[in-house]
Amino acid sequence: MPLPPIPDAAVRLQCPAADWREAVRLAGGALEDAGATTAAYADEMVRMIEEHGPYVVVSPGLALAHARPGPSVLADGLSVVTLERPVVFGHPHNDPVRVVLGLAVHSPERHLGLIADLANAFDVADTTARLAAAADADAVRGVLGAVA
Amino acid sequence: MKIVAICGAGIGTSAILKVNAERALDRLGLEATVVATDIASLGAEADDAQVILTSPEFVAVIGATTADVVVVENFFDTDELTRKLESALG
Repeated sequence: MPLPPIPDAAVRLQCPAADWREAVRLAGGALEDAGATTAAYADEMVRMIEEHGPYVVVSPGLALAHARPGPSVLADGLSVVTLERPVVFGHPHNDPVRVVLGLAVHSPERHLGLIADLANAFDVADTTARLAAAADADAVRGVLGAVA
Repeated sequence: MKIVAICGAGIGTSAILKVNAERALDRLGLEATVVATDIASLGAEADDAQVILTSPEFVAVIGATTADVVVVENFFDTDELTRKLESALG
């Protein structure tokens, strides 16, 4: 399973966000707009971080927000949010966050392929910086090697 | 040899660790089974594991284990993971 399509609706660029919760909700809203999740999924992503801490900040400047597969996930989906100003998640090494990816996994047994593709995209050290600087959804898709 | 990668949900972040750990093992010429799971299921998976891979947040909740706990800072940095796995397994 390669990266899921990233339609224009799944991309929100240079968004203002007051804190990490708002940033994660933006990623959730984009997943909902793209038809990958219901509105409840954004709350579930926030809850994961409240419960387990900011471990979703997986590399410098980048958060991979996600929750468990469940009824609020309608399809595999990936959303991309870039922030007007970076926000702090409270991570010991990787703050502040400039790019939030929202990940919805519909079929957990098949999602390793998606993750492998994501790891390939971020194998280049400046991927997060290039996403943060992306001017439109086409540029985002270009950086990640995704289709619309 | 068995390596367990853990995160909160058992998908997403632990899967990144699994994918990158397998790449690091390839580089090191080592063979191991890498299992991705959530923190709640760790007990069942960790009994026979040599290494537990995780992020700083989960170290305190892992509890007593005979496995080496390897804390990963940048999940996408295969160099970091290779270096830390080499040191844990060497």
